[in-house]
Amino acid sequence: MSKNQNKLGNCFLGSTYAFLYLPILILIALSFNNARYSTTWHGFSWQWYSLLFQDTDLWISALHSLVLGVTAGCISTLLGTLAAIALFRFKFQGKSLLQGLIFVLIVIPDIVLGIALLMLFSKIQVPLGFFSLLLAHITFCLPFVIVTIFGRMTHIDKNIFEAAKDLGASEFIIFFKVTIPMLLPAIIAGLLLSFTLSFDDVMISYFVSGPSFEILPLKIFAMAKLGIKPELNALCTIIFLITIVTTFSAQLFLRKNKHA
Amino acid sequence: MKHNNYFKVFTLTSIWAWLSIFVLLSFCMTLIASLLTPNEQTIFSLPFTLSNYTQLFNLIYVKIFLKSLYLALLCTSICLLLGYPFAYFLTKTNEKYREFLLILLIIPFWTSSLIRTYAIIAIIKTKGVLNTLLISLGIIHHPLQLLFTNTAVIIGLVYNLLPFMILPLYANLEKHDQSLIEAAKDLGATKFTIFKRITLPLSMPGIISGAILVILPSMTLFYIPDLLGGAKSLLLGNLIEYQFLTAHNWSQGSATSMLLTLLMGLLLIVYWHSMKKTNTKEFS
Amino acid sequence: MTDYVIELQDINKRFHDQHVLNNINLQIKHGEFLTLLGPSGCGKTTILRMISGFEQPTHGQLLIDGKNANNLIAEARNVHTVFQSFALFPHMTVYENVAFSLRCQKLPETEIKPRVFEALQIVKLADFAQRKPAQLSGGQQQRVAIARAIINRPLVLLLDEPLSSLDYRLRKSMQVELKQLQRKLGITFIFVTHDQEEALSMSDRVVVLHDGQIQQIGKPREVYENPANLTVAKFIGEVNIFPTTVIAYQNNAITVEIEGQVHSYKSKKAYLPEDKVNILLRPEDIRVYDTTEVDDTNDMYPGIIEEVIYKGTTVDLMVKLNSGKVIHAMEFFDEDDDSLVYTLGEKVWIQWIRGWEVILPHEA
Repeated sequence: MSKNQNKLGNCFLGSTYAFLYLPILILIALSFNNARYSTTWHGFSWQWYSLLFQDTDLWISALHSLVLGVTAGCISTLLGTLAAIALFRFKFQGKSLLQGLIFVLIVIPDIVLGIALLMLFSKIQVPLGFFSLLLAHITFCLPFVIVTIFGRMTHIDKNIFEAAKDLGASEFIIFFKVTIPMLLPAIIAGLLLSFTLSFDDVMISYFVSGPSFEILPLKIFAMAKLGIKPELNALCTIIFLITIVTTFSAQLFLRKNKHA
Repeated sequence: MKHNNYFKVFTLTSIWAWLSIFVLLSFCMTLIASLLTPNEQTIFSLPFTLSNYTQLFNLIYVKIFLKSLYLALLCTSICLLLGYPFAYFLTKTNEKYREFLLILLIIPFWTSSLIRTYAIIAIIKTKGVLNTLLISLGIIHHPLQLLFTNTAVIIGLVYNLLPFMILPLYANLEKHDQSLIEAAKDLGATKFTIFKRITLPLSMPGIISGAILVILPSMTLFYIPDLLGGAKSLLLGNLIEYQFLTAHNWSQGSATSMLLTLLMGLLLIVYWHSMKKTNTKEFS
Repeated sequence: MTDYVIELQDINKRFHDQHVLNNINLQIKHGEFLTLLGPSGCGKTTILRMISGFEQPTHGQLLIDGKNANNLIAEARNVHTVFQSFALFPHMTVYENVAFSLRCQKLPETEIKPRVFEALQIVKLADFAQRKPAQLSGGQQQRVAIARAIINRPLVLLLDEPLSSLDYRLRKSMQVELKQLQRKLGITFIFVTHDQEEALSMSDRVVVLHDGQIQQIGKPREVYENPANLTVAKFIGEVNIFPTTVIAYQNNAITVEIEGQVHSYKSKKAYLPEDKVNILLRPEDIRVYDTTEVDDTNDMYPGIIEEVIYKGTTVDLMVKLNSGKVIHAMEFFDEDDDSLVYTLGEKVWIQWIRGWEVILPHEA
């Protein structure tokens, strides 16, 4: 490829990355801006952060989101890991149906899943609150965990399991001493990603949450409808940093020993 | 063998049970609800009716649907026009940095699109960063009214969904066998012919899976028009939200949602068809 | 102790409607190095997987150490496998890999340690105990896989094309090493390969498989020099085949006509006149002479050199006979004779050494 084309390509990549990241960087900068209404720079200030830390309501919803994210992340990772292992190792009836279902669950618009779950919860009388949110979040995290772990498994030599068996390992030992350690990076990545998904979700939570259990994304949505506020800039910055850290470490785990 | 069986039965039962209840059962309920009569007290009741569907042909709904489709197609085209060269150039970058560039691309994929939409407001609002910058540079004299327009909605959608287009495209383009292109060059094909006859047909599954990942959310991410388009812009997602949470007409909302599901089904058929044609695999 | 460590009796295997193995009967002796040789898809790996317990026969009986093992699970068989891909556990060190089966048996670490180091010493890897598999070369990984498989002192070690992922030089040296190792350990090795040279050079006995059937069992030399049928002859080494018809059979000899000349060959097997037979000759059985070298051209065929392939210690010649048939001949370099230079189109005389031919009945 010619040098000119290379330069053109790098320019294009650079400006697209700028398009993707500039708004976020501006938001972060504004969260430190010493002015309530202006978008021009008036000096550095922590005031919006300290204001944020005094808002107990916000603290409660942040705590709610955290608890929900961790619980949903753990359960969906557990269930998703088992499902991925089963899909990889066993032959069973309806396997392609199960794979299809997981695929559809990834592609389906969130809103369709959101209203379907709302309808289900109202009919089987699950009160809208922590429990309904938890069930919904596990459901939409599940396919992502399965795909992440299954993807990792396809890199594993199938003979490894036979070798373990051949050397006298029971299924129990194979599971805990071979399968799980080999999948560990992917499992951790799955956990981090499902936490992130749950922590950020608006679409589905919007339908299945209730007043008894307020969560952060919905609170942000309600606040954002009223326009730009510096406290909200600060809050968004914090959340954004949390998700960047979790996503980044998830990616590092996924890439670790990928070729082993 | 026994351990094996317990493990297998336990695992398969739990995953099947979960997906049957929360996916199959809940979708069946949407389907059934869309066929029931709306009712004030119990939300919906017998008898079965097709009226929820026939009402979708009501002019108001058709207008919303067409507008939503128009915005979605526009957004998808822009994403494709930006995303295709992006993915292509990304495959040409130095391997040393590519891993990092990919992570940079994946991060917006996973971070809150609500927050990123909110960030857009700060930029395009009347006294926002963009207008301030353009005025101080003397390019414009009066602030542009971008916020609460369709343009703002498009910007928001493209901004949020671009990574969804790029990632499958990149995954596809990266797998292309470089020797095919060299062979074509060797046989005397021009750059344009190589692109048209080799790269483009081979990347069709990537294009289609990217399009699916963009079209569906761009019809349904209701908070983007809520925040950027004001009350004027109504996507299919806003309509469903309205029918469910404001009008409490769950049957009608379910019918609208079935329409979306149908659209998804059609797109998937196109996707599978294109996969068969090129014999490649994208997802899972 | 029974006579045979492994016995396969009338083993059949079907996958769906496909016959993968047909009436396999095979007895494997204690301490033997046996090779299953055949092209891919001939069923050799299926036999191996059956012995290791990963496949069950559709029909027939498998005896391990004289006991029916049809329903014995893989873990319970005293048989271990070295996989083609080595299948080392990437997250464990060399030590942990080798110790794996002992730890599965919950042996105390005080007993495990000396045994692991003993096994590692056998494969000359004691210094690498704390490395991860990814930090080892292909040959070293191979040796870890062997150490891991022999630590339990199995009755039989199964090796599934273990050398095919190594490069040529390493493969050669591993062949020698494996053979020495087998002698030292005294364990039965069942080795699967599609490489005939590997099979001939390493094994005590070779089993030639084709289309799920055993074609021949024998010592490497028997299999090469006296192939049981055309399939074996063609699969193992190069061969020239002359199809012809028996003219007469008398005094344990058949008279046949080959390319216009009448020959008579010794044959223990009786034939009737008009029987169709194939006369087989290996390239090294064919002698090629310069036209100036020979006075008596009786028993010889005139030919033209079509191709000369220089191979270092030998030179391969393609000689076209008058009839158009092309004969493959192999000449060894002889220090006393530097006249082994052939040019394309050169006229030569060829002849073969009496008694080295193989006569096989015609196969439909």
